[in-house]
Amino acid sequence: MEKINVKINGRDYGAAKNSTILEACREASVEVPTLCYMKGVNEPGSCRICLVEVKGARSLVAACVAPANEGMEIFTNTKAVQKARKINLELILSDHKKDCLSCIRNQNCELQKMCKDFSVDDENYFKGDRNEYKTEGSTEYLVRDNNKCILCRRCVAACEKLQDISVIGANDRGFSTHIGCAFEMDLSDVACVGCGQCIVACPTGALSEKDDTRQIWEAIEDPSKHVVVCAAPSIRATLGECFGMEPGSFVEGKMVAALKRLGFDGVYDMNMTADLTIMEEANELIDRIKNNGRLPLITSCSPGWIQYCEYYYPEFTENLSTCKSPQQMFGAVYKSYYAKKKNLDPKDVFVVSVIPCTAKKFEIARDGQSANGVRDVDAAVTTRELGRMITKAGINFNNLPDEKFDSPIETGSGAGMIFGATGGVMEAALRTAAETIMGEPLEKLDFEEVRGIEGVKKAAYKLGDLEVKVAVASGTANAKKILEAVKSGELDVQFVEIMGCPGGCINGGGQPVQPMSVRNFTDLKTARSKALYDADAKLKVRKSHENPVIKELYDNYLGEPGGEKAHHLLHTHYTKRNKYKK
Amino acid sequence: MKKKMTTVTFKGTPEQEAQLIQVIGEYKNTKGALMPVLQKAQAIYGYLPLEVQKIVAEGMDVSLAEIYGVITFYSQFLLNPKGDVAIDVCMGTACYVRGAGDILDKISGSLGVKSGETSDDGRYSLEGVRCIGACGLAPVITINGSVYGRLKLGEVDKILDKYKEKNI
Repeated sequence: MEKINVKINGRDYGAAKNSTILEACREASVEVPTLCYMKGVNEPGSCRICLVEVKGARSLVAACVAPANEGMEIFTNTKAVQKARKINLELILSDHKKDCLSCIRNQNCELQKMCKDFSVDDENYFKGDRNEYKTEGSTEYLVRDNNKCILCRRCVAACEKLQDISVIGANDRGFSTHIGCAFEMDLSDVACVGCGQCIVACPTGALSEKDDTRQIWEAIEDPSKHVVVCAAPSIRATLGECFGMEPGSFVEGKMVAALKRLGFDGVYDMNMTADLTIMEEANELIDRIKNNGRLPLITSCSPGWIQYCEYYYPEFTENLSTCKSPQQMFGAVYKSYYAKKKNLDPKDVFVVSVIPCTAKKFEIARDGQSANGVRDVDAAVTTRELGRMITKAGINFNNLPDEKFDSPIETGSGAGMIFGATGGVMEAALRTAAETIMGEPLEKLDFEEVRGIEGVKKAAYKLGDLEVKVAVASGTANAKKILEAVKSGELDVQFVEIMGCPGGCINGGGQPVQPMSVRNFTDLKTARSKALYDADAKLKVRKSHENPVIKELYDNYLGEPGGEKAHHLLHTHYTKRNKYKK
Repeated sequence: MKKKMTTVTFKGTPEQEAQLIQVIGEYKNTKGALMPVLQKAQAIYGYLPLEVQKIVAEGMDVSLAEIYGVITFYSQFLLNPKGDVAIDVCMGTACYVRGAGDILDKISGSLGVKSGETSDDGRYSLEGVRCIGACGLAPVITINGSVYGRLKLGEVDKILDKYKEKNI
């Protein structure tokens, strides 16, 4: 890589050519704080927190967007820089609701940390008018408190640029500027898909998931309720971050131990119902290919993607697999087969899912997701909410021993494990579909071409005498690219995996919030998905159809994949929705 | 200033829509053409209600959220239709020091319409505007282009009466 020479705070450093001042400083281990900057997504240079002094420049320079040049002399810590940053923080604070003690982002707030770092201590300095906003909580999954919004536009950019959805924007101007939907509509009245990427982009407590933990505490306390929990594949690769661990720490054993200590009557592995999804979906794929069904078949595990399809590409709803997601399959089989085995009335069973996703909160309330006369799943909580529950319960997560899931839903295959990363569902389905078609074991289980965090991946595989062309997209912006290519005939594929969030569930909108100082410079997606692929590689059972729990379930209850019972419990339907509700 | 939303029913015609679609066709492939399209849309409809913004959003492949953001940013764009009787009160410095604020309040009280809004029936709209360049006549208002200068508070109702009966 070509290098240039820069001087930072009087010391000589090399920096990559074409880097910004911020990147050059970072390379030299000099921290420059940022607020509005979101690498590659939101780079307006408008918050003026990253200001630095450059020798010869007329005024302070925004390090996030200004290029570093050969011989540049940069000063990141002068009196003028400190003063400017402090004043800008004070101005932001002058219109910020400072209920930090009870704020959901207390101690994980970028603004709070910066105010501490820059000794912003005089809160009377800019006492003046303050905007008063009502909290918006019209959806099942999101709360917006604009009183805490600092107008950095990171949520707007996440929605518009990262996801290519754009249901929120900056309305009005000057002191009245605020983030909201067109015509001040409620979020539930616009075509928001619920992915939650805006939440993980927010530096403060202005955006958060709707907290569903209270009803879980109540259910656990209620002796008449049988309360069980199942954890989605990706949670074990991210939960550690809630307790200060490095991204990519694999904490399955500790996670199970913590869930057991929270008082659930059963702690189960959603990897098993991910396997169940594969059994049904692989069967559906083979059936559609052999019987000239609607192709390409598109996966249906990601409820954010499902809503995106329903709103923006309703013509593709018939391509969607009718399989419920692993979350919903868990609820459906637990409240039928397993409840019956335990002599429980489905009405007395309270199913909790821990998921990386805010859209799952919407999914549990959808039509066609109540196979036993009651909702399949009663409460869906994100990784963040589980983290808070563990803390509240006084459980010292980092010191927990490794424990195992409860019988009978204790085993998930490696195929189920990798559901949490983009390409994982595709690979899991290919492992099972290939062996079903060929009737013999695969030599190599790793389908490398569909791995990795690129937004769009394409591959072709020969399964016996059947050639299957596949595509994988993560993030709705990439979903759009694939769907447009399929529509125009440019892309000819039989099977497509789409996840609503970039990178898949490991980067879901319900995952632990990492500050932009980490997100801008760390490949979170790769670190987190590596944890899942490494775990898969170590497992004995790596194919869904070889999972003993799956075999037992089909032998004793479901019969055949795609059979009548499976159809009733494990499949659902979709709705064509209008993008404009009003 | 926060823009107020209209309560007046949309009365767009198919001819207006055809005109707008033609405008969009001319600009569709020009980068950064949202502003001129919105200006022309406003020239066609007189204002930019939800119904018009949706047509622009679909035609230009720009989200409604972004369009609404642009419209509420620039004071030239109107979310409310001008009334049949459109009253502008000059709030320039000369008019302001000679009591334009009181005149605005008086008209607002008499008609029951707030500044920047249009009455539900679409009859009256009231707006405090920037200097109209008739400082010698301060304080001054215009009603559908007719100028009323050196206005005294007591004269306001008499002038408004003229527009009550008129078939405007």
